[in-house]
Amino acid sequence: MSDLFIAGAHLLDPPALDGSGGLLVRDGRIAARGPGLAAPDGVPVLEADGAVLCPGLVDMRVSLGEPGFEYRETIASAAAAAAAGGITTLAALPDSRPAIDDPALVRLLRARGEETGSLTILPYGAVTKRCEGREMAELGLLREAGASAFSDGGHAIADSRLMRLALAYARVFGGRIVQHPEDPALAAGGCATEGELATRMGLPGIPAAAEAILIARDIRLARLTGGAVHFAHISTAESAALIRRAKAEGVDVTCDTAPPYFDLNEHAIADWRTFAKLSPPLRPESDRQAIAAALADGTIDAVASDHLPLDPDDKRLTFAQASPGGTGLATLLAVTLAQVHGGALPLARAIHLLTRAPARLLGSPAGTLDEGAPADLCLFAPDRGWQVQSGKLPGKAQNTPFDGRALEGRVLGTWKAGRRVFG
Amino acid sequence: MSSFPRRHLLQIEGMERPEIDAVLDLAESYVLLNRTGKTPRDLLRGRTLINLFFEDSTRTRTSFELAGKRLGADVLNMSVSTSSVNKGETLLDTAATLNAMHCDLLVVRHDQSGAPHLLAQKVEASVVNAGDGTHEHPTQALLDALTIRRRRGRVEGLSVAICGDVMHSRVARSNIHLLLTMGARVRVVGPPTLLPAEIERLGVEVFHDMAAGLAGVDVVMMLRLQRERMARGLVPSAREFFRFYGLDQAKLAAAAPDALVMHPGPMNRGVEIASDVADDPIRSVIREQVEMGVAVRMAVLDRLTRAALANA
Repeated sequence: MSDLFIAGAHLLDPPALDGSGGLLVRDGRIAARGPGLAAPDGVPVLEADGAVLCPGLVDMRVSLGEPGFEYRETIASAAAAAAAGGITTLAALPDSRPAIDDPALVRLLRARGEETGSLTILPYGAVTKRCEGREMAELGLLREAGASAFSDGGHAIADSRLMRLALAYARVFGGRIVQHPEDPALAAGGCATEGELATRMGLPGIPAAAEAILIARDIRLARLTGGAVHFAHISTAESAALIRRAKAEGVDVTCDTAPPYFDLNEHAIADWRTFAKLSPPLRPESDRQAIAAALADGTIDAVASDHLPLDPDDKRLTFAQASPGGTGLATLLAVTLAQVHGGALPLARAIHLLTRAPARLLGSPAGTLDEGAPADLCLFAPDRGWQVQSGKLPGKAQNTPFDGRALEGRVLGTWKAGRRVFG
Repeated sequence: MSSFPRRHLLQIEGMERPEIDAVLDLAESYVLLNRTGKTPRDLLRGRTLINLFFEDSTRTRTSFELAGKRLGADVLNMSVSTSSVNKGETLLDTAATLNAMHCDLLVVRHDQSGAPHLLAQKVEASVVNAGDGTHEHPTQALLDALTIRRRRGRVEGLSVAICGDVMHSRVARSNIHLLLTMGARVRVVGPPTLLPAEIERLGVEVFHDMAAGLAGVDVVMMLRLQRERMARGLVPSAREFFRFYGLDQAKLAAAAPDALVMHPGPMNRGVEIASDVADDPIRSVIREQVEMGVAVRMAVLDRLTRAALANA
C-alpha cells in the first residue's frame, strides 16, 4: 500500500534539508530521503521536476464551522480546503458551539479529523468554561484527552486574576495558554483600527493599544507564574517590540501572526469591503511592515491561517454589522510565499514557520521530513501564478480577504500518511 | 450646462470644487424660484422619489419631500424600523423591492456608516445619502455652504469652527471635507472624548478650549450632542458640557463681531447652545439653513436626474 517515490524534488525541511533529492514513502511513512536516492524496483515514481517538497503544513489557528455552524463550513469541507492548501495538520479553536471545554469533545474532534483521512485535527482545549472568561475549564482532563494547548479562541481572557491562575495551573499539565490579545473594553463596538481611515469612514475604532496592553500584561503574568503564554495573530509594531524584549529577558513567550497582517493594510477596507473586516482589524502600513520584519528576525514563531469561515449573509451587511473574519486555508502558503518573492523572507524560514515551528509549539510530531515520520507531504511550485477568487476557492466558505489578489506558489500535491489527498 | 456625471450623491469626500460650485449656483437659482413659487414642476414629472428612512428625521425627510414635490416628482416616504431582527437583510431585501418598483431617486437615511453605499451597489435608482451613521451627510454640508456663501459672498478664506460632538457627527465630516475643498480654514473644538482619532489629518486645527477655538472665527457651527453620549460616559453631564462647550453669548464674544452661528438641528437648548444665541436675529442663521436645505436638495435632485437622462 501507499508506497511512492518522489524524484527530482527540492527537499525542504529546515534546518536539516534544503536541496535537490528524492523521497521514498513506504507504508505511509518516510522511509528515506536525500540526494542521490534512486527509486527501488516496483515503487511508483512521481517526477517533481524541481518543485519544492516540504512537510505537510501545520496550521496552528483555525476556526472550524463544525460543531455549531455547519451552514458555514463542515469538517469535510474544511479538510478539502486544507488539502488544497497543502495543510495536513491543523489546530482547531475551541470557541465553537458547544465550546471544546469537555474531554469528550476533544476526543470527538480528534476522531472527526481522522475520519477525513486527510487531516489531523489538534483541538485546543478551552481555558474557561464555555469560553466565557469566568471559570477555569478542566485543563488537566482536557490535556489528558489530547488538547494540544489552551485558548478561548477569539475571546480574550480579560480578567487578570483568571489569566494568572490559568498560566500557573497549566504548567502542571504542559500546554501553552494561547491568548487573543485584545482588551475587550477598549475594543468594544469597534470594527477598524482607530485612526485617520476609521475617522474618515465614520467607523468606531479599536486603538492599537488594546493589543499592546494585553500583551504587556500577560508577559508580566508569565513572569509572575513561570507559565507559557502564546499570543495569536499579532498585528502591530508595538506588539512585536514587546514580545521581542520579553524573549530577550527569558520569559516563556511565543507568538504567531496570520497572512493578512503581513500582506494587507487597513486600506483593504476602503469601499466598505466587509471581506477585509477581521479581528484584530487590519492595521496601518507601518504595522504591516513591522510584522513582516518580525517574521524575518525570529520574533514571530509561526504563521497560521487564522481561517474563520463565514456565510455570505454574515458579510453582506454594512461594515459595522458584518461579522469579522476571513478564510485562509487555501491561501496560507502562497501569501506567505509573497514575502519570499518580495525578498523579505528566505524560503527556508517561511517553510519553517509553516511546518516544524508550529508543530513544536503544539507538541506535535508533525511538520518534518524525518525518516520514520508519517509521510505528510506538500509539493508545490513556488513560482506558479494564480489568482484568488472568492466563489472558486476549495471548501465551502468563500470569505477571503485576498479576493482578486494575484499570487505565486501553487500546491501541486498533498499527501497524508502517504496517501495522496490533493492534486 | 456644466456636467454632473455622478449617478449617486454618497459623500462629499472626493468631490471637486467646480462640482460643488455648480450645485451651489443651481441651488441659488432655486432659492429665488422657491420664493416666487415658480419652480419647474415638469422637471421630475413622472419620476418617483422614495425617502427611505431607517432613522427618524422629520426635518431632513420633509426637506427632501418638499424638494421632490416642487420639481414635480411622485414622492413616497418609507420609514423602516431598525429595531427589526436583521437590519442588513432588510437593507438588501429593500433594494430588491425598490428595483421592482422602478424608483428613480432614492434618498436614504441610515444609522450605519456606509449603508447608502451598499444600497447604491444594488439598486438601479440614483441614491442620495441623507445621513449615514457617523460617516457623512452631504446635503447638509452643501446647504451650510450655500448659507455661508449668501451671507458672506464667499466660503474661501473664511475661518470656520465646528464645535461639540465631532466624533459622532456626520455633519461635521461632510462639512470638513466641503469647507476645506472650498478653501476655508476649519477648526474643530470639543473635549478629547468627543473628537475622533487623528482628525487633524483631515486638515483641521484642533482645539479643546472654546475661547481659543472661537477666537476670531467667521462662522461657528454647533453640533447636536445626543443624550446617549452622557450615558456612555463620554462627558459627565449636560450641565458640565454646557459650562465648557455650550455656545452662549460670553463664548461667542471670542468670535469675529459679525460671526454667523449655525446648527444643523434639532437643537438641544441649554446643552450645546443657549436659547438667546440660537434665536439671535443678527447672528443666528439657523432658520435660513432650513430654507437653503430645500433649495440645495432641489439642485441635487435636478442634477442627478439630468445625469441619469444623459446616461440613459
